[in-house]
Amino acid sequence: MKKLIIALAATAAVLGGFAGSASAQEKKKICFIYVGSKTDGGWTQAHDIGRQALQKALDDKIETPFLESVPEGPDAERAIERMARSGCALIYTTSFGFMDATVKVAAKFPNVKFEHATGFKAAENLSTYNSRFYEGRYIQGQIAAKMSKKGVAGYIASFPIPEVVMGINAFELGAKSVNPEFKLKVVWANTWFDPGKEADAAKALIDQGVDILTQHTDTTAPMQVAAERGILAFGQASDMIAAGPKTQLTAIVDTWGAYYIKRTKAVLDGSWKSEQIWDGLKDGILTMAPYTNMPDDVKAMAEETEAKIKSGELHPFTGPINKQDGSEWLKAGEKAEDGVLLGMNFYIEGVDDKLPK
Amino acid sequence: MFEAILLTVITASTPLVIAALGELVTERSGVLNLGVEGMMIMGAVAAFATAQLTGSAYLGILGGIIGGGIFSLLFGFLTLTLVANQVATGLALTILGLGLSGQLGEAFVGMPGVRLQPIVIPLLSDIPFFGRVLFSQDLIFYMSVALVFGISWFLFKSRAGLKMRAIGDSHGSAHALGINVVRTRYLAVLFGGACAGLAGAQLSLVYTPQWVENMTAGRGWIALALVVFASWRPLRVLAGGYLFGAVGIGQLHAQLLAQSGGIAIPSQLLSALPYVATIVVLIIISHNRRTTLINTPASLGKPFVPDR
Repeated sequence: MKKLIIALAATAAVLGGFAGSASAQEKKKICFIYVGSKTDGGWTQAHDIGRQALQKALDDKIETPFLESVPEGPDAERAIERMARSGCALIYTTSFGFMDATVKVAAKFPNVKFEHATGFKAAENLSTYNSRFYEGRYIQGQIAAKMSKKGVAGYIASFPIPEVVMGINAFELGAKSVNPEFKLKVVWANTWFDPGKEADAAKALIDQGVDILTQHTDTTAPMQVAAERGILAFGQASDMIAAGPKTQLTAIVDTWGAYYIKRTKAVLDGSWKSEQIWDGLKDGILTMAPYTNMPDDVKAMAEETEAKIKSGELHPFTGPINKQDGSEWLKAGEKAEDGVLLGMNFYIEGVDDKLPK
Repeated sequence: MFEAILLTVITASTPLVIAALGELVTERSGVLNLGVEGMMIMGAVAAFATAQLTGSAYLGILGGIIGGGIFSLLFGFLTLTLVANQVATGLALTILGLGLSGQLGEAFVGMPGVRLQPIVIPLLSDIPFFGRVLFSQDLIFYMSVALVFGISWFLFKSRAGLKMRAIGDSHGSAHALGINVVRTRYLAVLFGGACAGLAGAQLSLVYTPQWVENMTAGRGWIALALVVFASWRPLRVLAGGYLFGAVGIGQLHAQLLAQSGGIAIPSQLLSALPYVATIVVLIIISHNRRTTLINTPASLGKPFVPDR
């Protein structure tokens, strides 16, 4: 009997040793959950380009399986859990709507690390990460004020959530820093993704007299309309220059790759900690597409602003700033706190719209 | 500006009208095909791919029609030959279409599209205002107008249309009279698929000349609803489609005008307006219960197995 136990223990030790050495040679799994298809031309595609950059950078150490078109809701929890069970060391869930599902699965798998994009719920093994898109929008606003002949820009907005309102305000602030009289017209498409509706919104804005367009929706349809009508526009999430070679001034390009590499390395060397990260232009989590279709002095101004934001010299939300009704929001020199920005539910002065409640 | 708005309305309404007309014919023969969205997106990807590969938007239109048509035959085979449940098969067709088109279109994502150019009809287009709006349009718009009147004539004035409506009302009786129920229904399903494909081609060649996955964004479902609320009458489908398009565009301008006037109207309410307005108006038009009953194909969605 004793012999048998010793034999079993030895076998177990040998097997365990094998398993140990095998997993040491095995590549670590860094997994991704996408809400859309990886070729959507916008949000998800930007994340997938980040994943490819990660795979390339750490090719000998990791593999990067992903699940695409995972609907937000109960299915998401199942998909994330499946990933966690399959032995992922780190799972990126790349849509706001995956928040609660990620929290639940993270609680079940304490040894797996999770990172959720654009959310606000964290845990011991769950980080959040986001990008300061508003920095790019501020630069766009400055360019718009220089390039617009009529002093009115059109903004195609999706839903009245803080992220979008913050973008509208940042754009208007940038524009007003150049032309204090600059006006911004906003159309709510009430969709993230509908090429037809986005095009209709673009046409409506142009028919109402704006001569520069910017968008916070996902497809290149507004850029295409702007190109047809011969006005200028800004791209969103990805470089949209192909849809408007003579139209795009610049675009906010989501570049998650550097972030993914940094955080994955932290998992590999064991230094990963749960954090709430909100990176900006200086961290390279967003970049500006080349400044095109504008004179050199405007380009120089944009580059200067970009450099100032990167160095921390300029924070777009620095007072004095009044709210839309003229009441004071920030005193001269006062900077907006991140918490206020992330919950932004009011317009600043100069936005020509009433915020839908 | 008014002219520019009207042109936008026409562009937005045309795909709804075409897809709804196709479904109207299918349903008049007694077949309920819930796969309009799937056939439409297959038409859109086929049209875009054909136009890209050949460089011709007109071949693109043909590609869209064939793409939607072939895809509808799959539905026909399952529901008419194998007598599968029409509702379930239609839903499956939509899901399959959305997935398959994404796969087929992957290579075309982000490519600048080939735009279908308008055909300016001489003389007529010189009429002030309406001439420019109605007679400087693209081929698909002219086809949509031809379809409305062609289908009206076919359904209510031709012998073949009478037979088809008879099948839709009572396939058993029609079969007893020696009408080939299954063959007629195959043709009706094929026609519906071809129209949905043409509507899809309008999206990827005229409305927004590019390929984006899932670009139909629910228009197939709106077309389906239009057929029912228009009580299976082609002219009402036309009216409903244009009303939906007009209110949809109008609410965008209303948002901007309200802004300039300093009025706060919730944009969510405005975006619901096209649905509400279209349903209300079409219900008022079709309020007569007796004529609505007469128009409703009585054997809609019921399986037919010919007795031997």
